Amino acid sequence: MSKLIDFQTDPSKYRHWKVTYDGAIANLYMDVDEKGGLFDGYELKLNSYDLGVDIELADIVQRMRFEHPEVKTVVMRSAKENVFCAGANIRMLGGAAHSHKVNFCKFTNETRNTFEAAEKDSGQKYIAAVKGACAGGGYELALACNYIILTDDSTSSVALPEVPLLAVLPGTGGLTRVTDKRKVRRDLADVFCSTEEGVKGKKAKDWKLVDEVVPNSKFDDVVEERAKQFAEQSQKSDVEKGIHLGPLSRTFSEDGSVSYSLVEVTIDREAQVAYISISGPDADAPTTIDELVEQGDQAYLLKLARELDDAILHLRLNEMEIGLLVFKSQGDPDCLLAHEKLLNENQNHWLANEILCYWKRVLKRVDLTSRSMIALVEHGSCFAGVLAELLFSVDRSYMMEDEFEGDNRPLATITLSQSNFGLFPMSNDLTRLETRFLGDPASIDSAKDRVGEALEAAEAEELGLVTMILDDIDWDDEIRIFMEERVSFSPDAMTGMEANLRFAGPETMETRIFGRLTAWQNWIFNRPNAVGEDGALQRYGTGKRGVYNKERV
Amino acid sequence: MVDLINVSYDTQIPNNVGLSEDRKVLKALEKWHPGYINWWNGLIPEQFQKSQVYLRTAVSVDPKGWASFGYVNMPEYRWGVLLAPQVEDRKIPFGEHKGEPAWQEVPGEYRNMLKRLIVIQGDTEPGSVEQQRFLGLTAPSLYDLRNLFQVNVEEGRHLWAMVYLLHKYFGKDGREEADDLLRRSSGSDEAPRMLGAFNEETPDWLSFFMFTYFTDRDGKMQLESLAQSGFDPLSRTCRFMLTEEAHHMFVGETGIGRTIDRTCQVMNENGITDPYDINRIRELGVIDLPTMQKKLNLHYTLSLDLFGQEVSTNAANAFNAGIKGRYMEPRIDDDHQLTNDTYKVWDLVDGKLTHHEVPALTAINMRLRDDYVRDAAGGIGRWNKIIEKAGIEFEMKLPHEAFNRKIGVFANLNFDPEGNLLSDEEYKAGVPQWLPNKSDGDFIQSLMVPVSEPGKYAGWISPPKVGIDSKPGDFEYVKLHMA
Repeated sequence: MSKLIDFQTDPSKYRHWKVTYDGAIANLYMDVDEKGGLFDGYELKLNSYDLGVDIELADIVQRMRFEHPEVKTVVMRSAKENVFCAGANIRMLGGAAHSHKVNFCKFTNETRNTFEAAEKDSGQKYIAAVKGACAGGGYELALACNYIILTDDSTSSVALPEVPLLAVLPGTGGLTRVTDKRKVRRDLADVFCSTEEGVKGKKAKDWKLVDEVVPNSKFDDVVEERAKQFAEQSQKSDVEKGIHLGPLSRTFSEDGSVSYSLVEVTIDREAQVAYISISGPDADAPTTIDELVEQGDQAYLLKLARELDDAILHLRLNEMEIGLLVFKSQGDPDCLLAHEKLLNENQNHWLANEILCYWKRVLKRVDLTSRSMIALVEHGSCFAGVLAELLFSVDRSYMMEDEFEGDNRPLATITLSQSNFGLFPMSNDLTRLETRFLGDPASIDSAKDRVGEALEAAEAEELGLVTMILDDIDWDDEIRIFMEERVSFSPDAMTGMEANLRFAGPETMETRIFGRLTAWQNWIFNRPNAVGEDGALQRYGTGKRGVYNKERV
Repeated sequence: MVDLINVSYDTQIPNNVGLSEDRKVLKALEKWHPGYINWWNGLIPEQFQKSQVYLRTAVSVDPKGWASFGYVNMPEYRWGVLLAPQVEDRKIPFGEHKGEPAWQEVPGEYRNMLKRLIVIQGDTEPGSVEQQRFLGLTAPSLYDLRNLFQVNVEEGRHLWAMVYLLHKYFGKDGREEADDLLRRSSGSDEAPRMLGAFNEETPDWLSFFMFTYFTDRDGKMQLESLAQSGFDPLSRTCRFMLTEEAHHMFVGETGIGRTIDRTCQVMNENGITDPYDINRIRELGVIDLPTMQKKLNLHYTLSLDLFGQEVSTNAANAFNAGIKGRYMEPRIDDDHQLTNDTYKVWDLVDGKLTHHEVPALTAINMRLRDDYVRDAAGGIGRWNKIIEKAGIEFEMKLPHEAFNRKIGVFANLNFDPEGNLLSDEEYKAGVPQWLPNKSDGDFIQSLMVPVSEPGKYAGWISPPKVGIDSKPGDFEYVKLHMA
């Protein structure tokens, strides 16, 4: 699996989904093209999915918000008879490298979270209208919706058959959402998750696995009625027209570097380091919200979010041996803050809200990236407001102190804004600063007192906003030595350590998915009982059962 | 009417499973039985419920005399629970447990798989009765009416057989599944039967014969494979069901044969030699051979779909687990574990049909379908003999397996009955010649008038060569209740 995976798509390229728009209601049909797998060696039967299918879904969800803000209810259903969705394709999983499986699961998890949050963030409510078999990842798709309707035709069921069938976990949030979101009693959840055929009809409702069970003959009517009803109840203001998300300006070079309009990714393959350089705004902020709408996908903060998002995904999936990501920025922090201010002051406007919510997701994506990450706050940089969040997302930050010889750029500063104090919560539901200063509210208050000030190195260090400040004499050497040391460590230990240190504080459903569920799943993905030659995942489809080592570890 | 409250299960239900001492099953059956009787009474038109039908009833498993014939009111039919005699020291005949003693209780690890197979099999049994519910009103003779009801009550008994297994071996889940077998209903919007072919209409008697010939033959193949099961009660149940199933296919084969015979006879009497002179043939009140071929095409291809995907994980799992074997498993010369064997399955490469080898374990469905195709070909030859004997130039044929398929590699592709891949337009143009359309259906329907005088037959069908239970030609197979 070495071909380049592209996360950019658009409706003209969809092979697996169809969307129709009907005023406030969007109908989303899953209709996976069996022959449309991202890789060779498997067919996507029974609406099973691979990363390619999910990339389309992520695109749909994203466009739903920006291009179709008029939509208040999204009805997700299958265009195939007798099956809603059979989940992730098992042969794809069986044939995929461990690293691909892990990244696949992470991306699908992020997509699930995205449409799940659409109700709260954007007033777009997702309904899963389930007819036919809804198993594994299929039920996980439904679980991430805000409302599940199941037909009562005495055949259709919801199921998480991973454990009995494949010796792996329902790892796209399945186990977690059953208990944490749907609040299924834990013993019933135990029965459910070990029953291959799942649960149907009234029992599914009684066990809280679905919200509503309706007679098959009334199914379509009820789905339509609910869609209308939810749309009417929605608090979302009416928006006539969205903006168009055009293709990104993006060029790949032989050496692995990627050029966007505002983001440059350069790769030092030998050092196993990627530099992600962000450019500040190239123009003044729009003065009115109408002007922002006019700019559409060219609005600075939206364009930057899209490019950064794509860059991160590209590095995750296509540059597996790059162990260290280094964030840099150059630009005018005041101008950047002006762009941000327009959004902050217009949070009730749909587009401002969407751009801010998108940044929340992009920043979470950064948090969840299993690479060592640092930020270099150089002279001339613009780590202000939303971009300052990157400093609190990465594992360490280094800041230039005082003037550097031959460097006439403005002195390095960090500027906090109100948005660093609540607008962009992490998956643990705390702000990055709250996580950084866990149990130390005084530090947060001190930082808050300095909102809007361009903080130079010494001040930033004093406030605890950077890891280390370095002057002209030490900078190059310290950074070099750190990088060399970092990439010399075991990548596994790094991933584990970072994932633990980044998410201090309370657990939420999201942290439980990305921490507990994912970690156990990834452990199982490495165990012979699942992936060994005689393991259940490898043997699936051959008719032979997995052979298990019965030792409990 | 049956006294629903005081059914003596020991006397009312012929059984060889010690029902009267089995408290668990008795309790479950007591709850289920009223629903079943309601289902039956709601299904078959009332005048027939009250009629006396000359039926065979399975009363024991003695191969020399397992059935008794006599007049019965259908609601009082003694649906029995009969299992073929236990073979001493029976071993699991195939799969990874081959050679181990056959299971007498459900092995926990295969509980769900077994239950699913039993439910699917069970779902087809009442499904066909539902499909055929109105045919009694247009029976071409009392002989045929009796055969219809024979098939119906025996499908009902097969439902009982599956329900017994669910009640006996699958606890609470099994009872719920048994209830759902009565809840689903053929062609229902609410809760349709599980398999497509059992939701199609059986609108006329030719369809009924085609159904019993082609679709019940799928049932036979499924029962044959389940009869090999390492789960002994399932094996024994299915072995006994097969003795009854043979009659259903007999009804189909002779029904089609008699229809063909009658058409040829009328053509000859009227000096028609061209089988495609359809209008003239139809005007004489018989069904032209090309239309019969179309009906054959439809029912055969629907039945092929019942075998599922050519390459199937579920089928492989069930075989390897020792739950569901192959047709004539003991006669197959291999290791019965399929460790290194391959099997040829159809594939479509660049628009061309080809065969390619896949691990035999995954091709269990394909193999069973191949066996089915061979088995189904037998009757075609015998029908063609009738046509040949009448001196008419026409040959009935099984269409290519790729034609008109909704499941498997050929699904929803445009193949003609010879197996050529066509464009959308070519296919659309050809369909009226290959599959029955509404006007064909209307014509057949127009011939469907009931004949209820003993020994008399509707004009479109010949009398049988011999009667049931060696009864004479004018035997009153059904004493109709006249309201």
